[in-house]
Amino acid sequence: MPKLTIDGRQVEVPANTTIIQAAEVAGVEIPRFCYHERLSIAGNCRMCLVEVEKSPKPVASCAMPVGEGMVVHTRSAKANKAREGVMEFLLINHPLDCPICDQGGECDLQDQAMAYGGDRSRYQENKRAVKDKNMGPLVSTIMTRCIHCTRCVRFATEVAGVPELGATGRGEDMEITSYLEKSLSSELSANVVDLCPVGALTSKPYAFNARPWELRKTESIDVLDALGSSIRIDTRGRDVLRVMPRLNESINEEWLGDKSRHAIDGLRYQRLDRPYIRGANGKLQEASWADAFNAIARRVVGLNGSRIAAIAGDLVDCESMFALKQLMISLGSPNLDCRQDGAALDPSVRASYLFNSTIAGIEEADAILIVGCNPRKEAPVLNARIRKRYLKGGLSISVIGENVDLTYPYHYVGATPDLIANCKPPEGSKKPMLILGQAALARPDGAAILEAARRVAEQTGTIKDGWNGFNVLHTAAARVGGLDLGFVPVADGKDTLGILNGATKGEVEVVYLLGADEIDTSRLGKAFVIYQGHHGDRGAHRADVILPGAAYTEKSGTYVNTEGRAQVAARASFPPGEAKEDWAIIRALSEALSKTLPFDSLDQVRAAMRKATPSLGALDTITKAEWKPFGTAGTISATPFKFSISNYYMTDPISRASPTMAKCTEQFAMGATPRTGTDG
Amino acid sequence: MLADKDRIFTNLYGHHDWRLAGARARGDWDGTKEILAMGPDWIIDEMKKSGLRGRGGAGFPTGLKWSFMPKTESERPHYLVVNADEGEPGTCKDRDMLRFDPHKLIEGCLIASFAMRAHACYIYVRGEYYNEASNLQAAIDEAYAAGLIGDNACGSGWKFDLYLHRGAGSYICGEETALIESLEGRKGQPRLKPPFPAGVGLYGCPTTVNNVESIAVAPTILRRGASWFSSFGRPNNTGTKVFCISGHVNNPCNVEESMSIPLKELIEKHAGGVRGGWDNLLAIIPGGASVPVLPKSICDTVLMDFDALRDVKSGLGTAAVMVMDKSTDIVASIARLSAFYKHESCGQCTPCREGTGWMARVMKRMVKGEATLDEINQLEAVTYQVEGHTICALGDAAAWPIQGLIRHFRPELERRINAYRDAKTRAKAA
Repeated sequence: MPKLTIDGRQVEVPANTTIIQAAEVAGVEIPRFCYHERLSIAGNCRMCLVEVEKSPKPVASCAMPVGEGMVVHTRSAKANKAREGVMEFLLINHPLDCPICDQGGECDLQDQAMAYGGDRSRYQENKRAVKDKNMGPLVSTIMTRCIHCTRCVRFATEVAGVPELGATGRGEDMEITSYLEKSLSSELSANVVDLCPVGALTSKPYAFNARPWELRKTESIDVLDALGSSIRIDTRGRDVLRVMPRLNESINEEWLGDKSRHAIDGLRYQRLDRPYIRGANGKLQEASWADAFNAIARRVVGLNGSRIAAIAGDLVDCESMFALKQLMISLGSPNLDCRQDGAALDPSVRASYLFNSTIAGIEEADAILIVGCNPRKEAPVLNARIRKRYLKGGLSISVIGENVDLTYPYHYVGATPDLIANCKPPEGSKKPMLILGQAALARPDGAAILEAARRVAEQTGTIKDGWNGFNVLHTAAARVGGLDLGFVPVADGKDTLGILNGATKGEVEVVYLLGADEIDTSRLGKAFVIYQGHHGDRGAHRADVILPGAAYTEKSGTYVNTEGRAQVAARASFPPGEAKEDWAIIRALSEALSKTLPFDSLDQVRAAMRKATPSLGALDTITKAEWKPFGTAGTISATPFKFSISNYYMTDPISRASPTMAKCTEQFAMGATPRTGTDG
Repeated sequence: MLADKDRIFTNLYGHHDWRLAGARARGDWDGTKEILAMGPDWIIDEMKKSGLRGRGGAGFPTGLKWSFMPKTESERPHYLVVNADEGEPGTCKDRDMLRFDPHKLIEGCLIASFAMRAHACYIYVRGEYYNEASNLQAAIDEAYAAGLIGDNACGSGWKFDLYLHRGAGSYICGEETALIESLEGRKGQPRLKPPFPAGVGLYGCPTTVNNVESIAVAPTILRRGASWFSSFGRPNNTGTKVFCISGHVNNPCNVEESMSIPLKELIEKHAGGVRGGWDNLLAIIPGGASVPVLPKSICDTVLMDFDALRDVKSGLGTAAVMVMDKSTDIVASIARLSAFYKHESCGQCTPCREGTGWMARVMKRMVKGEATLDEINQLEAVTYQVEGHTICALGDAAAWPIQGLIRHFRPELERRINAYRDAKTRAKAA
């Protein structure tokens, strides 16, 4: 371990560390633009120049490995002069449009110009102007501001795995552009906005909306996929203006999927802001809370519990599922399910439905078998983790499912589930991993596939001491929480399929949809449907009574991610109109049904929930799940897998209501048919 | 004056046959097998003793550079890359070696590759050198056919393959790491150093990049002995060197001469003197476009070698001597060079990308005198802001000519600025 001196402070760092990293250890900050710890080193901005004794020239600290006995000065006259020179060069062709630039207030160039910029310009020539590029519906470009740090290029090539950005031209005519000026075909494209140190790439949906200092920042959890990525919700007044990723090494590092970031404008449209009751004319009519509850009570009170059923949706928090489960128990109903896609997940064995190796564990794996899963669409941030592992080398990846571009090469085994039994990791694999997607489970032979996957895992060394590589990748944020707290049929109660069949036949008379929109509502027959949720989506269209609830940004709720990590999302704003937090609606309804639930505050619900399911109280920790037999042996059909997500940009009520996601769908999911002069 | 018997490039003017038969008649490929039999260590040691310094411009000792390569082969192959991307304005020596003496280069490639345990060598030829590349390829084919290179090169048992690659016309691809990038099929942009090519070079493998001349002289040095080569020139600046003399001389030419020859003697003896006589001389750029210009007062006495020219704050560079007589608009000449560097900057790193454009624009105004006197100092400050702060040496190359101009011709700049200002004042008054 070389020892070196940085600004008089002695540090000892591992060999192959660069000076800029060693300086961070020593607590010395070196200004930078192009350097980013998660990207390869470019060394092109030259802002991080430092003086190294015995070196005739200033040295780019981001690229220079430390040496034994090196003496580095980061604030000497020579280093400062070099930086001032670089800063002047960066500014001579940078427009003075900070007042109209969205990066203003959170701009690296602006901040560092305060430290190293001159107070006047010596440059008397004309400034350069660069034509803006089209980078799609999410990224707005003002390329005149570009300082050519190539962070976006390196992100696209390395992390996102879509080498579509690059630089054309030479010298001061160099321009960053996408290939043929097409949008970046990545589900992680909007991260380039965060990476851009200046205002060249900014968020298109957020353009000219707010200044950073006007926003209230709430640290929370994303629920639009099952990863539970750490996010920061920026609000002004009641409006959620933007969502940014937060650093979380165990989940999302510092990336965020485009849907999680940009579906939030859906929170302003199609909202259920007051209760509705379907009137005699078959139309939904506005109602008061009391009327809505009375309408429900008229149908429910006195009804045999077995004729009542409840289905929980994908975005529901654990507290409201817990409250609804208590209500159903008190109504004597055994028919409840949180697996609205009908996936054959086994709630009795926790290890059977978790991403056991953890997301960070991907980096330890040396062989990955992906079954019925398109991680690029189902969890783009997790897919980036697999790609990161792939780039390190020594990883073999096999895929059973549709043959799609996952941003890394893989061995394509085939499309049918029966192939799983023959899959073996390569000889000598120490930490093989199996990723099972919902497409493998949400089909009639799902339980048999689950059983086959378990056997393969057990036979190939995927399960052993200190390593459990059996992983289920969920697509719904509510799923693991629902399974953990047992929002599943009690005894011989009906599951989702049973409920739908029962409703069609008339055996089930009341169906309570807690944010459940992904079911086939046409199969609800003549049942009386109560829909509780925040968006006027599929479920609400079929509902007889609508109870307006709160979206994930508007309530504090527990979510368990696909790894089994319980996290609490924070409330950043308030539900619109008369809408209320979901647990409170159920609590109020229980009173109207004379089955009053025993809690009066969120704290009380939470306490009761954590008492019933202690894992929901162990926040942000991973408890190793015990390995036990699961699945049901059976025949596996030869029907090819069909991925559960066909359009990444529209998977839930929020993203379906989002105009931005509609634009992305048009651009990326509908197939890029070029517009001609006649069709606009 | 160098005696004919001591010339290495005996077909520099293309008077004789450039093909294998002609090359053999001039002594090429003579005893190559015996040289190889002496072993890599002996070869590198001889090269070190000869004192040969790289002929591409930087003047790094060639033997030392070869010794940086790993001594044993690992699973990563070693490569020799020959830089024939001769783009430095004023330089045209490699061109004549490629078209008139290609076998000297090919033999050098074999010996140098053998010394560095490389089984493959790439020659990166400037794209504009079409005929030169054709000749070279023909010579490579001849050498393969004659068994001089290939699976058993010269019967030595050493497998050696030689590939010719034509560049696409970018100046920066003459920088060794940009050349490697370009050879790999990427955009020609210099890489960060460290890691140096000897550790991580072409395709991530140990690589040495040498100029054509450095490689082409190696066989003769080894045949005639290091002491023969080092008997020319001053210590630390030994050997013979091909000078490219262009500009306002009576007989522009390439000529092989001893290092450390006085500049004046070089021009008077070989180039027929300055047009209109030595006293008509204004200035000389002694080593290609990137080195600072020297006024006549220095040219009178300076010696043509690395150290002497460094002492007068210029450089030997590629030894491309550009002579300018008193009819030259010296400011316009340097402004043209600034425009060249602005055009050729790769755009990767900030000081060069932004600085070359700034300098070129100010220089353009300076030609007319459309500037203020303060701007001379400011321009000089900008050149020092670029120099030494960039990834590769192009930033330095863009800065030095302007520094040379301001150092030696500041009165001329001031005269133009004052004249322009006076003319403007008069026009206003009229």
